[in-house]
Amino acid sequence: MTTLQELAQNPKKKAVALISGGLDSLLAAKVVMEQGVHVEGINFFTGFCVEGHTHAIRNMKKEKPKRNNALWVAEQLGIKLHMIDVIEEYKDVVLNPKHGYGQHLNPCLDCKIFMVNKALAWSWMEENQFDFIITGEVIGQRPKSQRRETMPVIARESGADNRLLRPLCAKNLPETLPEREGWVDRDKLYDFHGRNRKPQMALAEEFGFEDYAQPAGGCCFLTDASYSGKLTDLWNGRGTRDYDIDDIMLLKVGRHLRPRPHFKVIVAREEGENHYLRGYQQQFTMVEAVSHIGPLGAIDGASLSDDDLKLAARIISRYGQGRDAESVIVRITRNGVSTDHEVAPLPSDQIPADWHV
Amino acid sequence: MFSTDQLDLRRMLCPLPVIRTQDHIKGMSPGDTLTIVCTDPGVLTDIPTWCRINGHEVTSTEEADYEIKITIQVGAE
Ligand code: SF4
Repeated sequence: MTTLQELAQNPKKKAVALISGGLDSLLAAKVVMEQGVHVEGINFFTGFCVEGHTHAIRNMKKEKPKRNNALWVAEQLGIKLHMIDVIEEYKDVVLNPKHGYGQHLNPCLDCKIFMVNKALAWSWMEENQFDFIITGEVIGQRPKSQRRETMPVIARESGADNRLLRPLCAKNLPETLPEREGWVDRDKLYDFHGRNRKPQMALAEEFGFEDYAQPAGGCCFLTDASYSGKLTDLWNGRGTRDYDIDDIMLLKVGRHLRPRPHFKVIVAREEGENHYLRGYQQQFTMVEAVSHIGPLGAIDGASLSDDDLKLAARIISRYGQGRDAESVIVRITRNGVSTDHEVAPLPSDQIPADWHV
Repeated sequence: MFSTDQLDLRRMLCPLPVIRTQDHIKGMSPGDTLTIVCTDPGVLTDIPTWCRINGHEVTSTEEADYEIKITIQVGAE
């Protein structure tokens, strides 16, 4: 980062804006750009971002791909967007959040601190040299992470301190360095607070933004009850709290059923998922009906007995066209070796509700 | 001489293909071309948007059997 003396000699200041893809980060960046500051966006991919998964695995023939909102925001603003993969480092945030979780497995406060800290480290890199950081935070917007008391915690623990500017609620917060130094005019910043979205919507209209994203829950799948439940089940099933990128992607694919504590089956729900799951045939034992049309199923678990395989095959064949047949021929593929077996599809009344993860 | 690179981004879900493309192109020069092979249809919108933002050009897009092949010509920074 440049020294104060250097900054004084260089009037065009540079700010890096955390772009989630939602309305608030769009507005925050725009407000600062309007003041003549050079703004570039930064977006962190944790693996849980709603962006990534909503695109996901779908039947290509049926659905029109959705846009990535962070890229859309950057294009609306006419700024560069630096997208950064933080999957590995983010694990520690999810697994050991110092400030705890929100309603589900969302470690929002630690997540914010992590992201601002990463943006700060990025802005200090020799090829970047940015002067301050912008976020779209609004006091009182989120019960856990965006409160008056958490704002200074994020600034302090991220290391950004008074180089962290929240343009949408800056007037409700102590003056920051960009305001004090006159890089931005505090009078032209905002005093939004609370959960009311009307001021943001009015400002969006003023700037002429339409069709922006307004995620209801949070910006990632960790705020989702069902997704958090699947992640907890994964940890319980393996007896260890850990994950990799394939694990978190697969939690969005197919039906997940855990008939025994040591394994679960993932059953594709449509053609796109079938195709996606097939890409995992090196990692998992795969089951597919060959006498009838039916979905592909993957078995996730270790030390699988013949009875386990049979049970999994009975469950998977239950979701195909052979569901009412007396028996179905299934192909079980393990480590590249396929064998065919005759099984009776499991009747739906023999699939207890608590098998569904 | 312009270089022609290929990246296998199959099974990756957006925005990972965009991130891998971005990181690879950082090491390329204007005029070079990169062909990416993907399976997430999200790239059909994300890669062109990313290219527009960053001044690169999508020169061809092919779709077949759940695979999408996109060729990008690297623009001047
Ligand atoms: S919703 Fe997810 S991405 Fe957003 S702050 Fe919370 S943990 Fe982080």
